Amino acid sequence: MTKHTRKRALFALLLSLALFAAACGDTRDDDGDTGDTGATETDSPTDGGTETATDGETAAECPEPSTGITADTIKLGGTYPLSGPASAYGAIGQAVQAYFEYANGELGGAPGAFEGREFEYVIKDDGYNPPNTVEAVRELVEQEQVFALFQNLGTPPVAAVWDYVNQQEVPQPFVATGASLWGLNQEHPWTIGWQPNYVSESRVYAQYLKENHAGSTIAVLYQNDDYGQDYLNGFKSAIEGSDLEIVAEQSYETTDATLDSQMTNLAQSEADVFFNITTPSFAAKAMGFDAQSDWNPVHLLNSVSNSLTVVGAVGFEPLQGIVTALYLKDPADEQFQEDEDVQNYMEMLAEYGPDLDPNNGFAVYGWAVADSFYKLLEQTECPTREALQEAWGNLNDVEFAMALPGITMNTGSDDRFPLESMQIATLQGETWELQGDVINTREVFGPVSEAVGDG
Amino acid sequence: MAIRQRLRDPATQRWLRIGVFVLLLAVAIWAPFFFAPFRVFQFSRVLIFAIAILGLGLLTGFNGQISLGHGAFFAIGAYTAAVLMVKVGWPFLLVVPVALVITFALGYGVGIPALRLHGLYLALVTLALAVVTPPILKRFSGLTGGSMGLTIPKPQPPEWTGLAADQYLYFLGLIAFIVAVVLARNLVNSRIGRAMVAIREDPLAAQTMGVNLAQVKTLTFAWSAMYAGMAGVLFTWTIGFVSPESFTIVLSIEILAALVVGGLGSIWGPLLGAIFLVFIPNISEDINQAAPGIAFGALLILAMYVFPGGIAGLARRQWGKFLMGGGDAPPGAGAVGRTDRSEAATKTTEGRPEDEPVANTGHSEEGAP
Repeated sequence: MTKHTRKRALFALLLSLALFAAACGDTRDDDGDTGDTGATETDSPTDGGTETATDGETAAECPEPSTGITADTIKLGGTYPLSGPASAYGAIGQAVQAYFEYANGELGGAPGAFEGREFEYVIKDDGYNPPNTVEAVRELVEQEQVFALFQNLGTPPVAAVWDYVNQQEVPQPFVATGASLWGLNQEHPWTIGWQPNYVSESRVYAQYLKENHAGSTIAVLYQNDDYGQDYLNGFKSAIEGSDLEIVAEQSYETTDATLDSQMTNLAQSEADVFFNITTPSFAAKAMGFDAQSDWNPVHLLNSVSNSLTVVGAVGFEPLQGIVTALYLKDPADEQFQEDEDVQNYMEMLAEYGPDLDPNNGFAVYGWAVADSFYKLLEQTECPTREALQEAWGNLNDVEFAMALPGITMNTGSDDRFPLESMQIATLQGETWELQGDVINTREVFGPVSEAVGDG
Repeated sequence: MAIRQRLRDPATQRWLRIGVFVLLLAVAIWAPFFFAPFRVFQFSRVLIFAIAILGLGLLTGFNGQISLGHGAFFAIGAYTAAVLMVKVGWPFLLVVPVALVITFALGYGVGIPALRLHGLYLALVTLALAVVTPPILKRFSGLTGGSMGLTIPKPQPPEWTGLAADQYLYFLGLIAFIVAVVLARNLVNSRIGRAMVAIREDPLAAQTMGVNLAQVKTLTFAWSAMYAGMAGVLFTWTIGFVSPESFTIVLSIEILAALVVGGLGSIWGPLLGAIFLVFIPNISEDINQAAPGIAFGALLILAMYVFPGGIAGLARRQWGKFLMGGGDAPPGAGAVGRTDRSEAATKTTEGRPEDEPVANTGHSEEGAP
């Protein structure tokens, strides 16, 4: 009898586990071949130029188009967490896809040297799980034979594949992570980031404090990993030599259930400023504490968590005046309602990505980064991988959709960070209100260096 | 009918088994030369998972202990290999014994509470192990590279083999898998193996019969953890990158789910489970692009209901039915007992005369959960 019930319990447990596994969302998704894999099964994966473009558009001095470029298509591949705990980021991939459909439908496909070719975009789900990213990227490169990887998302997933990608000399532009490593490392010329890196963002806050809250004391809460350290070390080196002083530091692990003890410790320091370096769910906890406590510091919220949905979940009322840094337009912001750029975004997203919430920050991000890629193609002289890589090394005040006024992409031989400017904004009512001017951290602080990034 | 008659003959069955094995081996050796490198890489992943699942199968399928923490042993094997290769600079083959010893010892340690805890409680303890592993890996960032992980140079094939890197890694995986299968088979068919099954069936009775419960349970746990550790080493070689994100709780659950789908208490079930794990998500994505997880989960539940003995169990049952004369014979017990006895027949050829007891336990091996 007991044996019987034990077996049943075991079965029930296993079944519930199976359900749990299903509910968690499966983290892999390796294939999804969009067709004729049989034909490409034995293709040699790496030799470029197997596809020949027969149109006469390529300039005379251009070599043969690279792998992934045919007479009428340019094939790109991206990996995003479409399932699993990080699947909120999946909206970025969907917005990128919507943008390429918009480009095909309204802009006549790819620009410049790629003219006459439609975008063909293959998205793979990696569940933010590095080994799955490796598999997905290998499939994109070897099986799908993409021209470039646009884009891979997340610091560990990118770190897992960039050696391979650079070995294969496949362009990996605008990876969706803010780690400073992508711009600092010299051994991976085929990889480049896009968004302002965490060090640069910290510098924006440091500059803001120097100008507006000189002499204040600062309490810092950060996630105990490279993301948190990047911010913290960037901040420390940015306030060096100023009259700003960090008086309390607390870290947390992503497995922590609450931040109560950390926040209590920080509150005891009675610092003038609270620098909140946390991911969304923890940011909400820290903001909730701030909203209820007697400690009323100037609250700096890192951009990772500055989505208005996160802030709104805590409640706008008690959080009025908290500070963050922005580089993209918020389509919900009153001041941009008449803005052509925003209107175009709203209209086109409604048409090409109707499932997406246009006010979702990730959708804005996806649209902006896809447009940046489009602008990068405009600057590229030949339809080859080499030309693309050369082009992203020489961006000069390149504008892109949904960027705040005054924010443009700039790179150079010694600068592999496309975006290094941001603007301070404070919470007024239910929106972020821009303050002061755009802060160009490169001009103010000079280039981000190994010493800062490594910490 | 005559064919069935002949197929029921243990000697024929034995030759059939050998034939199938040789055929499979030939396919396995031929595959990397036919398929594109990317596919070979996927096959390597299948072999890696298969080894880990096989290890868990020894514990759960044969010994009846549930572990939700095998992802942790997998991670420790992977990190041991990564740290030794990157930080200490060891040649890649040397890390194998070290990783095996470490995971065996850890498995032995974790196996000790297993003496007192049963079923759900043991599952919870091992679940905790799986949950704490990623943060611990992040904590010792000096050694483990923290959340940025470690990039490991992939083992390069020696010149004389003439193999590409993917093929070389695949063959390393294949050799490891074959060794793992042979060892597992021998273990299961040995005295200890029968003790393992006896404990699963009725610990009290087993103890009465003179089985040392503590020793067998902890050793099974250690042995099983070592399999996961070996899979981890192969993972490090093949993926070339380790980070805490790679070894979340999801990995442990995947291994267990694949074990159940492949077939508990079977030696070949794990391979089928691993194939399921690597390739089914692709198919489920075709069914529903928006939510591959849901389709995968539905397939999993379907598998549980339609063939609770796993794919291996289903195959065995169908084979049994066929031998008994198609659909007419009563399904289940009779047919199953028959095929299992034939398995026992194979065992006798290995010089073990204990036909009857094995056949008896084999009967419930079939019934899985």
